[in-house]
Amino acid sequence: MFILTVCGMGFGTSLMMLMEIQDMAKRNGFEVEGEATDLSSSKGKACDLIVAGSEIASEISSETTVIPIYNLLDKQEFENKVLPKIREYFDAL
Amino acid sequence: MLPITEQEIQLNVSVNTPEEAIAYTGSLLVAANKITQNYVDAMIDNFHTIGPYFVIAPHIAIPHARPENGVLEQCMSLVRLKEPIAFGHPHNDKVSLVIAIGGVDTDFHLEMLRDLSIFLSNQTTLNTIMTCSHASDITKLL
Repeated sequence: MFILTVCGMGFGTSLMMLMEIQDMAKRNGFEVEGEATDLSSSKGKACDLIVAGSEIASEISSETTVIPIYNLLDKQEFENKVLPKIREYFDAL
Repeated sequence: MLPITEQEIQLNVSVNTPEEAIAYTGSLLVAANKITQNYVDAMIDNFHTIGPYFVIAPHIAIPHARPENGVLEQCMSLVRLKEPIAFGHPHNDKVSLVIAIGGVDTDFHLEMLRDLSIFLSNQTTLNTIMTCSHASDITKLL
């Protein structure tokens, strides 16, 4: 599974989100690949899921599901929103 | 371990705008010779062009730019505002804690972001940051 995390510059909040997601996936026995990127470079990148801060998420138009994160420090929010999508992906394999 | 000392922490700072908040927080790192003024200007430009997405959690903003904008050393500074300021974030306004971060490369930066994330996710730590009266109360937590 390949997850794209998106922020304004690809060098701060997107890295934080990717770390959180990969740590969480690992804790739950999943191996997730990903890339942190900025909004403009995110366009057209192939991936299985996009995760972005709430403020940026609304600006992303993609056929891939975009999950908005409101509080990047809230592990529970990642578990509630992102973990089910990871499970779904691996269950379907 | 987060790269921050008492010199890079200021409590109860009065500002009127997000730009002033970012500029003040950045100025602590310029004074410590860890970023250039150009990096401060880039953080403010990014706020203008990309928006307040760096308000990562309720009341917490982490303004930053890219290494090539003028980071001399992996660094961060922390400013607690006297009066919270609206950055225009739909969910996490108003901001009372501004943490400027500068990364020299992705590896160092990842390590700092991980530590920062752990630091700020701890509710006891956050309460101390929001209420303490001396910068040393914060450095003691590191």
